[in-house]
Amino acid sequence: MSDIIAPTKPAAVEAAPVATVALMDQLPSADIRAESPLYHADLATVAKQGPKTGGVTLQEHKLLGHLVIRGNQDNAGFLAGARAVLGFDLPTQPLTAAEDGALSVRWIAPDEWLVIMPGKEAFELENRLRAAMSGHVAIVNVSGGQTVLELSGPDARAVLKKSTPYDVHDRNFPVGKVVTTVFAKSQAVIRRTGEQNWELVIRRSFADYLWLWLQDACAEFGLVVKD
Amino acid sequence: MFYIYCPHCGEHREEEEFHAKGQAHLARPLDPDNCTDHEWGEYLYMRKNPRGLHHELWIHATGCRKFFNMTRDTVSYEIKEVYKVGERPTVVAAS
Repeated sequence: MSDIIAPTKPAAVEAAPVATVALMDQLPSADIRAESPLYHADLATVAKQGPKTGGVTLQEHKLLGHLVIRGNQDNAGFLAGARAVLGFDLPTQPLTAAEDGALSVRWIAPDEWLVIMPGKEAFELENRLRAAMSGHVAIVNVSGGQTVLELSGPDARAVLKKSTPYDVHDRNFPVGKVVTTVFAKSQAVIRRTGEQNWELVIRRSFADYLWLWLQDACAEFGLVVKD
Repeated sequence: MFYIYCPHCGEHREEEEFHAKGQAHLARPLDPDNCTDHEWGEYLYMRKNPRGLHHELWIHATGCRKFFNMTRDTVSYEIKEVYKVGERPTVVAAS
């Protein structure tokens, strides 16, 4: 046993203020055109010209604000700050989510959460979180790096079964659950938002690949693209 | 395929989501500038390859991206125990 070294976890730093960081509003002006990761796929035209009925409906919720919040659950100043700004507690239970209207928070790891809100509110919310939280905390705006897809319809679960090794049966994946897992050999944060609704948060660099994958995987059920 | 319990996510996941990161409980020399080449070499390169119980470091790479330790039997491939970094294993080889 003498060769087993198990270092103890350092205590959370509570008193220290959040370090000064350079902040940048990623949406400085309304007249600058923003392009979602699937801009080139022109989903609006596909939606207009494509089939209107089918087993799976795909919709991109584009240009939302994505913030990654990291902090220690033992740090009371961190949790209280989040509650004060978000209006609800960070979901500290693994694989859970919390939401209030357009604002939603996903548990990613014991010290990491993904907050999604309307794109124009991201900078303001980031500043408010930064002001309200204390201790060893990180907040990063990753809005440009990922996008949200919603799969719905009676065959949406069948598409998931083709794409992920995760068990998507009701007994293992109830409404409200969030898992970060393998999706089509890539990675996605999958949240079940309804009986037949699934939300995928995917990386920008994989967006085109996953769009092609989903078209192929949905072909047998009939893919309806919604704008 | 392993079916691995992630102690951070609190449930079993497919092996595909994980990466093995080698032997667990490696102690970096506290004063690397003043350790001998032999000590540094031991730390960098020399690894155990036991027949039987082995403590390994794993990462839940496509999940919560957290590291944890696993005690595995290299003969039967049976996973004896999964525990967080900083905890001590309860299943250890008889010395």
